[in-house]
Amino acid sequence: MTTNFKTPTAAARGLGSAKSGTGHHIKQRVSAIALLFLVPWFLYAVIAASRGGFDGATVWLAQPWNAILMILTLGAAFYHMRLGMQVIIEDYIHKAGMKQGLLILNTFVCVGLFTATALSVLKVWISAGL
Amino acid sequence: MSGSEWTDPRPMSPHLQVWKWHWTMASSIFHRVSGVGNYLGALLVSAWLIALASGAEAYGAVEAVMLHPVGQILLFFWLVSVLFHLANGLRHLIWDGPKAGFDPKVASMWSIVNFAFGIVAAAIIWSLATNLF
Repeated sequence: MTTNFKTPTAAARGLGSAKSGTGHHIKQRVSAIALLFLVPWFLYAVIAASRGGFDGATVWLAQPWNAILMILTLGAAFYHMRLGMQVIIEDYIHKAGMKQGLLILNTFVCVGLFTATALSVLKVWISAGL
Repeated sequence: MSGSEWTDPRPMSPHLQVWKWHWTMASSIFHRVSGVGNYLGALLVSAWLIALASGAEAYGAVEAVMLHPVGQILLFFWLVSVLFHLANGLRHLIWDGPKAGFDPKVASMWSIVNFAFGIVAAAIIWSLATNLF
């Protein structure tokens, strides 16, 4: 396995194929480490919050720590989701136009849902006036 | 493809159809499948939070969907998907960081444990959530 598959130009530049793979890898791992702690809390939280219907869930989400952890979970999860789905699209969709379109859609969905859900949490928290 | 015409010396990426199913391969592809499942589940979670901020009427509509048998089945599969992805993701971090668990036998056994964890932990959490609260 001593064959060098790099073209001379690639070897001279010393960068990977897309110049951003390492950064993507690290971002995916760092958000994974955050989610390792946040997801177990989140599963407990959603079950606890949804027991008491609308009123119970509102009171629950109005607790500062619950609101803070929920927004952190949403941020880490949507970030991690966007990175993961990006790789899946890049792996399986090769049609020009379709690929770029789906990558943009993926970003819009994740950023849009993060904004909508984070503002929802803030609204419930602030409305409660705690 | 006849195979013999292949002259490119670069290693060819193995395709899903020509892989023999084994545990590490299964945990690898199901990591991706469960990632997509978690993505879809996140849409449901988003609907739940947005409805909570929108008021009692919107919340009631989302709650009705989640408590419907079909919604309950989807939520259970989503829980299995999240827990498997969590366990298998932890293994990825251990592979990348301490670089432990690469021995084929250990890796296969660990894959089985991850699948088992996803299903068993989901069943335990589901049972606690429906009985204890």
